[in-house]
Amino acid sequence: MPLVKSGKVVEDRYVRVADGEPVPEQGAVIVSADRFLADADELGQRSDPVGVIWPNNRNVADLEPHLPKLALVALVFPAYKDGRAYSQARLLRERYRFRGELRATGQVLRDQFLFLVRAGFDSFEVVKPADALAFEEATKRYSVFFQPTGDGRVTVARVRSGREAQAPQRQPERLSA
Amino acid sequence: MYLYDDFDRTLLAERVAEFRGQVARRLTGELNEDEFRSLRLMNGIYLQLHAYMLRIAIPYGTLASDQMRKLAYVARRYDRGYGHFTTRQNIQFHWIKLAELPDAMADLADARLHGMQTSGNCVRNITTDQWAGVAPDEIEDPRIWAELLRQHLTLHPEFSFLPRKFKIAVSAAQHDRAALAIHDLSVRLHRNGAGETGFEIGVGGGLGRTPFLTKIIKPFLAKRDLLSYVEAVLRLYNQYGRRDNIYKARIKILVHELGAERFGKEVEAEWQAIKDGTLALDPAIIADIAARFRYPDYERLEDNPAALATARKSDARFAAWLDNSVSNHKVPGYAIVTLSLKPIGKTPGDCTAEQMDAIADLADRYSFGEIRVGHEQNLALPHVAQRDLPALFAGLDAIGVAIPNVNLISDIIACPGLDYCSLANARAIPVAQEISKRFADLDIARGLGRLHINISGCINACGHHHVGHIGILGVEKNGEEFYQVTIGGRADEQAQLGTLIGPAVPYDDVADVVEDIAEAYLDLRERPDELFIDTVKRLGVEPFKERVYATR
Ligand code: SF4
Repeated sequence: MPLVKSGKVVEDRYVRVADGEPVPEQGAVIVSADRFLADADELGQRSDPVGVIWPNNRNVADLEPHLPKLALVALVFPAYKDGRAYSQARLLRERYRFRGELRATGQVLRDQFLFLVRAGFDSFEVVKPADALAFEEATKRYSVFFQPTGDGRVTVARVRSGREAQAPQRQPERLSA
Repeated sequence: MYLYDDFDRTLLAERVAEFRGQVARRLTGELNEDEFRSLRLMNGIYLQLHAYMLRIAIPYGTLASDQMRKLAYVARRYDRGYGHFTTRQNIQFHWIKLAELPDAMADLADARLHGMQTSGNCVRNITTDQWAGVAPDEIEDPRIWAELLRQHLTLHPEFSFLPRKFKIAVSAAQHDRAALAIHDLSVRLHRNGAGETGFEIGVGGGLGRTPFLTKIIKPFLAKRDLLSYVEAVLRLYNQYGRRDNIYKARIKILVHELGAERFGKEVEAEWQAIKDGTLALDPAIIADIAARFRYPDYERLEDNPAALATARKSDARFAAWLDNSVSNHKVPGYAIVTLSLKPIGKTPGDCTAEQMDAIADLADRYSFGEIRVGHEQNLALPHVAQRDLPALFAGLDAIGVAIPNVNLISDIIACPGLDYCSLANARAIPVAQEISKRFADLDIARGLGRLHINISGCINACGHHHVGHIGILGVEKNGEEFYQVTIGGRADEQAQLGTLIGPAVPYDDVADVVEDIAEAYLDLRERPDELFIDTVKRLGVEPFKERVYATR
């Protein structure tokens, strides 16, 4: 499954470690929510990055105290039409100020890319290779935005009321390093 | 009218381009039907029994004459020469080909029309009072707030994949013409004790399998807080609404399971966290939207000009229409005219391309080019000078939309039912046609006074049968069409769900049952001006039930 980051298909440097398997000394890892919460302190000591897969029926507020230890949070779209993780993403970015990598996983199709980016995601495990290649095009599909979300795109209301001189921008501000 | 600008036009063009690509991917098989489904639904496209159906939003029921002409064009070019107005300020075309859908959408976009968010699990077309801006009983124009909400909730990145559809209605009048209580979220403008205008917010209304009326969770919300409060409601719903069972996925079930009080508290907590952020409404933004609603340059006229009295005396048909279909306007010398789309024996809400063109011409001549669409599946011309009423009547009469049956028993609301809809259990349109034939005599219909019949072809309740004074619901029993009848429902400011009068009756008996109920009412009412709904309220369903089932 191709991974898209910063608009390009890239190698995934994270390894998923199943529950019960030992966490390697080195290298970036992703663990389950239960495992992470059980071993948060120990995992936080690692020098290499740690990420967690957070299910979409769990309150992201529970993750808040641990965010400084996390380099990545992967949220889940079990089905294309299950939109819970959009709220989780906005809360992580806009309320809890998470600055690490926020990854969309599961049923991720090109028609969601722009919504995902606007909600704060910056990496995408894409189901179809053709969709991954169309990332750039899909996120430039629209130039008009009404909602002020954390992605920094200028809203129509701000332009109309004279707060911003220019037409809405197309490029979002980068959220994660 | 609302003035669109380049942003609106650009967005629609981008939407059409996106959809063209999606249809192309579907036609090559790159998208399977399941994947395409949610994409087409977000553009108002359903797969029905015979063909694809395209649903177009008419925001707050306001339509300009050029838009009406465009609808006529689309009806002719891509459909079978007619369209169907629904109960939610939408129009549907039932016979469009998949490959032609992008072109139809592009044509509609030229007239600022679209089907975005008219279906799917997102925030649907926001509806209001069809008399917004002209009703004498409103405290301000509710469309300003509907438009602010519409913009904020268009392609909202967080709320485009909700557990289920989400319907919002806004009203600012004393009399509720927007059926607030049956919406997922209701916004009612009112003045508080201190004389400030703000909103009363209700949640969790909706019909279908488990009907509920809204519960008020915020009696007074300041104007600046409208977007943040709605965002808080939607955020809770998106995260905690049920997704395991489609029949339990509407917000009404969440509100019911948590209890309105607890739900209100959760909303309050979420809202406190965001209310002073970027969603707080700046007066400049409100002023900008308000300035885009343009009102006609009304003349200074007197109410009841002499020409009207003369015409009333000389033409009994005109007089009957005047009494039935013409309502007070907030500007002296003007009137609001309702166009009945309920001709006897025809499909409620259908309008032919010829009628659309003629209505557009009449709107240009007599209503400053503006037309309204109401949830009762009728149209209105909102700014008619009273002196022009006789001429307008002649024009409307010539195309068959001056039938003086507005709000009477033959002004039936019906969903498409088994004639079009793949979910239907039973026919709805033919039932409406038969009932309207039984009450074709306008003297009889007028004698019964205000009486609303609502018909749905299945439990999804698109015909709002629960809130009909008489509600008729099609069910299936051993492969045959049966109908449950309720009475006493209403969708106005005294909203109430109807009560079942007894066992379901077969298709052939429905019109007879309605006649029995009407006769019982004539016998039971205290005075000629006691409305059917008030008689039911006073006596309950028992005496009606007795009458209906005595001989069955
Ligand atoms: S009520 Fe049922 S039959 Fe009627 S339109 Fe809705 S889904 Fe179809």
